[in-house]
Amino acid sequence: MSKPTMKEVLLNPIFANNPIGLQILGICSALAVTSNLKTALVMSIALTLVTAFSSMFISMIRSQIPGSIRMIVQMVIIASLVIVVDQILRAYAFSLAKQLSVFVGLIITNCIVMGRAEAFAMQNPPLLSFMDGIGNGLGYSVVLLTLGVIRELFGAGKLFGVEIIALAKDGGWYVPNGLLLLPPSAFFLIGLLIWALRSWKKDQVEKPAFKMAPQVVTKEAY
Amino acid sequence: MSKKESTSRTLLVALAVSLVSSVFVAGAAVSLKPVQIENRQLDKQRSILSIAGLGDAEMSAREVKAVFGSRIRARVIDLETGEYADAHDPNLFDPLKAARDPKLSDALPGEEDIALIKRRERFTTVYMVEQDGKLESLILPVRGYGLWSTLHGFVAVKNDLNTVVGLGFYQHAETPGLGGEVDNPKWKALWPGKTLFDEQGKPAIRIVKGGVDPANPEATHQVDALAGATLTSNGVDRLLQFWLGEQGFGPYLAKLRTQGV
Repeated sequence: MSKPTMKEVLLNPIFANNPIGLQILGICSALAVTSNLKTALVMSIALTLVTAFSSMFISMIRSQIPGSIRMIVQMVIIASLVIVVDQILRAYAFSLAKQLSVFVGLIITNCIVMGRAEAFAMQNPPLLSFMDGIGNGLGYSVVLLTLGVIRELFGAGKLFGVEIIALAKDGGWYVPNGLLLLPPSAFFLIGLLIWALRSWKKDQVEKPAFKMAPQVVTKEAY
Repeated sequence: MSKKESTSRTLLVALAVSLVSSVFVAGAAVSLKPVQIENRQLDKQRSILSIAGLGDAEMSAREVKAVFGSRIRARVIDLETGEYADAHDPNLFDPLKAARDPKLSDALPGEEDIALIKRRERFTTVYMVEQDGKLESLILPVRGYGLWSTLHGFVAVKNDLNTVVGLGFYQHAETPGLGGEVDNPKWKALWPGKTLFDEQGKPAIRIVKGGVDPANPEATHQVDALAGATLTSNGVDRLLQFWLGEQGFGPYLAKLRTQGV
């Protein structure tokens, strides 16, 4: 990890170092906005842009930022970008902005953005940081879109609001699983995704934090 | 201590970052404002149409403008006397702005202010759906405080000035999933067909807990409350009492009843 390359920072976060899958960051918004694909897509784009640009700007001034206020400076930059994104959404995608409501604003507190600023942008040049932001945004997007497809398709029989599976109540054959439209279902799906990811890439499996003690000998119990 | 970490340097960086960021944010907010205002206007018109049963949330901007322009007539009324106040252009008059203007509004004394809106404007805009010059339904703006926020919405009544066509809120910030369920189509579907007034013309519509018993003679005035959202439900109940009462559209509706619609 001495000198990361463009390709590495762009592609690694998608599967090898996925922010949701491996680092377990950004779960809150992943639960909240994935009940349909449209909001998931907009949220993905918004977060990718914010992460990329905040990383770039922070990286540009990284040698000027005093260590004692570095987090506050990062937050100011991130928050400004999020407000701008929110304003743009309100201007050009009003109904979507209404659906996303507080979650666009909450990108500010999304750990992925802050995490990349602190862990990567503070040590690396602007262009590389920008790419790292895009890469991590893509990693987040992959998970969000996967959840969005599964939840909307099996929860409402639709994709992007277009009917794919005819529902039983409209004379079709499919009885939708209403649980998938509720936030907790995303927990189960994220869990299953992480399981699948770690079965495929075994090096992501964490060492157990505790080991079960071996069977106690009977005589020690007394 | 290195030069980078000195106090003056820290202050300077903080100031510079804040300055650049605020210019950036302010620039975006100001330059996008006209588009946002237009959007909000459109959203309001869309909600008027859907409450009046003339459209749904999926309509495109063009459709909304076309239907709104051809079917809906807006007029400003004087809430005190119930007369039309055509001196105010309904397209330009903003009742919410008027409510903040001391010249165009009155402060409400605590005991009368059941909807918790503090000031009531003297003039407001009503919307009429007309068919061949005859009133089909009347859409009245209502607002009042729920749990966290002021709910802004409309109630649409048939030309008997009593039967509800629809009720809905276009702006609020109640808890999603609880009070936010005022937007739930299932709850809104409970409203059409209910009647607002009793025989004496007093507001009688009520939000009740524990379900509406259809055998109850009062059932036509009752709507089931939102589960888990007592304060929002109370807010909706009170804002209807207020706006349908003497302080609200009472004088206007009385005038319409005697003069015919």
